[in-house]
Amino acid sequence: MSSVWRQRPTMSNFHGPTEDISQFEHVRRRHVGRYLSATVIVAIGAWIVTAFVRGQIDWSIVGQFLTVHSIVLGLANTVLMTALAMMLGVVLGVTAAIMRLSANPVVNRAAGAYVWFFRGTPVLLQLLLWFNLALVFPNLGIPGLFEVHTVDVMTPFLAALLGLGINQGAYTSEVVRAGLLSVDQGQYEAAKSIGMPRLQALRRIILPQAMRVIVPPIGNELIGMVKLTSLASVIQFPEMVHSAENIYYANNRVIELLIVAGIWYVVIVTVLSALQTRLERHFARGAGRSVQTR
Amino acid sequence: MNPIVKAVGVRKSYGTFEALKGIDLEIERGEVLCVIGPSGSGKSTFLRCINQLETVDGGALWVNDELVGYRRAGHKLYELSESEIARQRLTTGMVFQRFNLFSHKTALENVTEGPVQVLKRNRKLAEAEARDLLARVGLAYKCDAYPVELSGGQQQRVAIARALAMKPALMLFDEPTSALDPELVGEVLAVMRDLARTGMTMVVVTHELGFAREVASRVLFMDQGQVIEGGLPEQVLGTPTQARTREFISAVLG
Repeated sequence: MSSVWRQRPTMSNFHGPTEDISQFEHVRRRHVGRYLSATVIVAIGAWIVTAFVRGQIDWSIVGQFLTVHSIVLGLANTVLMTALAMMLGVVLGVTAAIMRLSANPVVNRAAGAYVWFFRGTPVLLQLLLWFNLALVFPNLGIPGLFEVHTVDVMTPFLAALLGLGINQGAYTSEVVRAGLLSVDQGQYEAAKSIGMPRLQALRRIILPQAMRVIVPPIGNELIGMVKLTSLASVIQFPEMVHSAENIYYANNRVIELLIVAGIWYVVIVTVLSALQTRLERHFARGAGRSVQTR
Repeated sequence: MNPIVKAVGVRKSYGTFEALKGIDLEIERGEVLCVIGPSGSGKSTFLRCINQLETVDGGALWVNDELVGYRRAGHKLYELSESEIARQRLTTGMVFQRFNLFSHKTALENVTEGPVQVLKRNRKLAEAEARDLLARVGLAYKCDAYPVELSGGQQQRVAIARALAMKPALMLFDEPTSALDPELVGEVLAVMRDLARTGMTMVVVTHELGFAREVASRVLFMDQGQVIEGGLPEQVLGTPTQARTREFISAVLG
């Protein structure tokens, strides 16, 4: 009831309207917690830095191996594999997402089964399966027309590409599906009303708008992929970690070479993050809200 | 000339709810038909059946002398393919209650999308026509604005231009002013009034009885999935013969 709060006793710092406080100085609240947490963080940071500086790390070795031939080759392989596996993942993901929204139960469930299997098993296991495919299918091809020995074809490169890309597609399809569902039903209807068939409406109207929702998690997955490629070292794919390992097996400079690889990973991820921000800005057009940078 | 829309016993159900309980109706070319009625009366559903955003469950519907959704061969009706349905939709233009402009495209791109992508027309020509259309709805200066930068009334006028760009034989309006702030209703109705003057065939589902009285050549009152009565505006709105129509009109006029 309004009459109740009107009758509440006045608070101690309530001053009557007769006293003029408009000229008083404003004193800001003191953020004790912020100073405290900042101090703790700076202390921890300083401790980590000194640990690395004083530790048994020969930084000249790090500098020396940063641009050595096999590391640069590993870096190139990492970048190449990331790009190709991600492309395969996005193509498969978009296809599977569209299939999952299909009215045809067979198409729909096939896509569901794909996601179920490849999300359900570890990617390391999948890499090993592809690499050892010859144990199940000794030959590939159409019998009589052309055939190849699986061992000859299934190089570490191809096994890594299939393992990483197909696994990625299963995750990407869920991201794309969420994006497609985020677009208002009215957009499909408007596309239909100007005579667009379903696939054209998806390509021209729905997907571009879904991209706003899809790009941030895909960027996240791409960055994940950069590092996931290191798993391919177990099937002898010569990416960066594999190169670093080969060097430290020879010279025993384990931490130094891991730092070399680490530096390059951070560089790649930094570049990709910047690209992602630009891409998000592109797909945010017409969304009424610019990308939050802070 | 044959009527542009002919409905015979059109039925539509959602589960156990019967949205349309057998609609018989003919709409002549050049007519401006206003459909009024309480919400849930089936008026929007009927409109959406005309351009196949809904499929009919029973009866038959012809638009522009074509059987909607089916091809007759002998004594059987074969369901049309998706691309044939898309082609049939080209006869009609649709304006939605919630505008549904393509939010990633500018006003001009919204209008050119259909002509360029669906009708495969030359982009330059389509753009010139789109500019004319936007000028016609009073938005020549908003060609490069995204929908989010436009008011509701402006968005709806762009939506009308987008539908007109496909050169439809029939324009459908599904409560085009219901989502608008009161002060913006007038500008959209003005555009529709101009369109009616050009002789465009229009079916307008609306709650704007004033507009219906002034612009409609015929008013139809629907309730509970049926056409209750229809006739000249002054007759249906002024001296309705059915009790339900009278109740509805006095409720709307308050």
